[in-house]
Amino acid sequence: MINIVGLQKSFGEQKVLSGVSLSISDKELIAIIGESGGGKSVLLRHLIGLLKPDRGKIVVEGEDITKMSGRELDGIRQKFGVVFQGGALFDSLTIYENVAFPLKEKMKLSRREINERVEDALEDVGLRGMEDKYPAEISGGMKKRVALARALITEPKIVLFDEPTTGLDPILLHAIHKLITDTHKKYGFTGVMISHDIPEIFHVVDRIAFLYKGTIEVVGTPKEIRASSDPVVRQFIKGSLRGPIEIS
Amino acid sequence: MTGLLRMVGSGALSVLRKMGHMLIFLVQSLSYAFIPPFKFRILLREIQFIGTKSMTVIVLMGSFTGMVLALQGFHLLRKVGSEALLGPAVALPLIRELGPVLSALTITGRAGSALTAEIGIMRISEQIDALTAMALNPMRYLIVPKMFAAIIAFPLLTAIYDVVGIYGGYFVGVKLLGLSSGTYFSQMEHFLEMEDIRIGIYKSLTFGILVLWVCCYKGFYTGYGAEGVSKATTEAVVMSSVLILIADYFLGTLFI
Repeated sequence: MINIVGLQKSFGEQKVLSGVSLSISDKELIAIIGESGGGKSVLLRHLIGLLKPDRGKIVVEGEDITKMSGRELDGIRQKFGVVFQGGALFDSLTIYENVAFPLKEKMKLSRREINERVEDALEDVGLRGMEDKYPAEISGGMKKRVALARALITEPKIVLFDEPTTGLDPILLHAIHKLITDTHKKYGFTGVMISHDIPEIFHVVDRIAFLYKGTIEVVGTPKEIRASSDPVVRQFIKGSLRGPIEIS
Repeated sequence: MTGLLRMVGSGALSVLRKMGHMLIFLVQSLSYAFIPPFKFRILLREIQFIGTKSMTVIVLMGSFTGMVLALQGFHLLRKVGSEALLGPAVALPLIRELGPVLSALTITGRAGSALTAEIGIMRISEQIDALTAMALNPMRYLIVPKMFAAIIAFPLLTAIYDVVGIYGGYFVGVKLLGLSSGTYFSQMEHFLEMEDIRIGIYKSLTFGILVLWVCCYKGFYTGYGAEGVSKATTEAVVMSSVLILIADYFLGTLFI
């Protein structure tokens, strides 16, 4: 489904990705974990063509998106849904309008069809009755759920989640994780999630990739990652101050 | 010496690069304006924001500009016994110079700064990235409607500024200083030509495009965080204001 090969990216003198390679299978839910500021979001932004790599390629369903631009890239983006870190909801639109936005702009649907799909999507994320509120009037957790509804409304093949639970309390964190697994089962998308939620994330995803010093240090099922003898992985999972990972 | 040359050279290159980047931004946004689908509803909303919401301040500024012109002009003209020329003395500078320049500066302060901040906040809160990720062109959604709204709103607001200014001058000259109403308007009619009005419109159109170009560009490529948006907003207002005055001078030499 998605093949990342030798991806490199620097910002000025700072090398953020120094050869990331990762294969993501169809309908798989994978989490990318790693240090804060370690390049996880940069990697995610490459997957949707928001950033161009210095070297390497990203093959999505057989097509190298790093060579694409303009309309070609827009064509690939139709396959994606993205849940941004802060939700990235449009301030000037209501919750209903935010969720309906991709349908109105990208699909030729009748008003009734749009209405039905938006209501269903809001039902899925437990936000029926909030349609007329503006993003500024709802909580952080609700924003994440609206963002999820908006990302899923076009039934994309691939959904990218950029830290979907950051800043939420433990109950909301579980609620969002459950929502992601439920919608993953329902829609059957391929999901790539950036996460810091250890150990919760072990119960959510099929595989975990650990990004360290610009490369994928280790990738495996949650069970394999837990059992890993790699000192870097062990220190990260334990959240220990002692070990090879230096706190900057 | 080589160090100084290198510094000047790299500074000049950096300015040229920025200018080129800005020019590409303008060409791109104008080219998207002619490719459907057209966003009429967004255009109307932007006209309301740039135009309708600037009316109060334009009327206030326009009336007082006209009043000041009449007050100063009357006393000057009386010294040479030409009070009868107060009408054209108010209308001509207002229509050719002050109307377009001052209304553009006013709109820059009221709407231009707000547009930079709005686009800048959309950038830092990833709303622009969200549009791109949805395969929707942010230029088409954010920039093109604002540009067109400015092209429509700037000349209209300038016209309102001029008319209100002329009536402000009328109030001071005729109602307060005792000039006859007929003299005020008939002399104005005698001296004022269609060319003067056309020059005013050309200027306001140019200023509209300049202001929106600078303000949208600064917002679209804002720096990080609140500080980035604040810096972009300040830069947008300062740069727009300076460009308005520079463009006014060059347009003035063209039309004189």
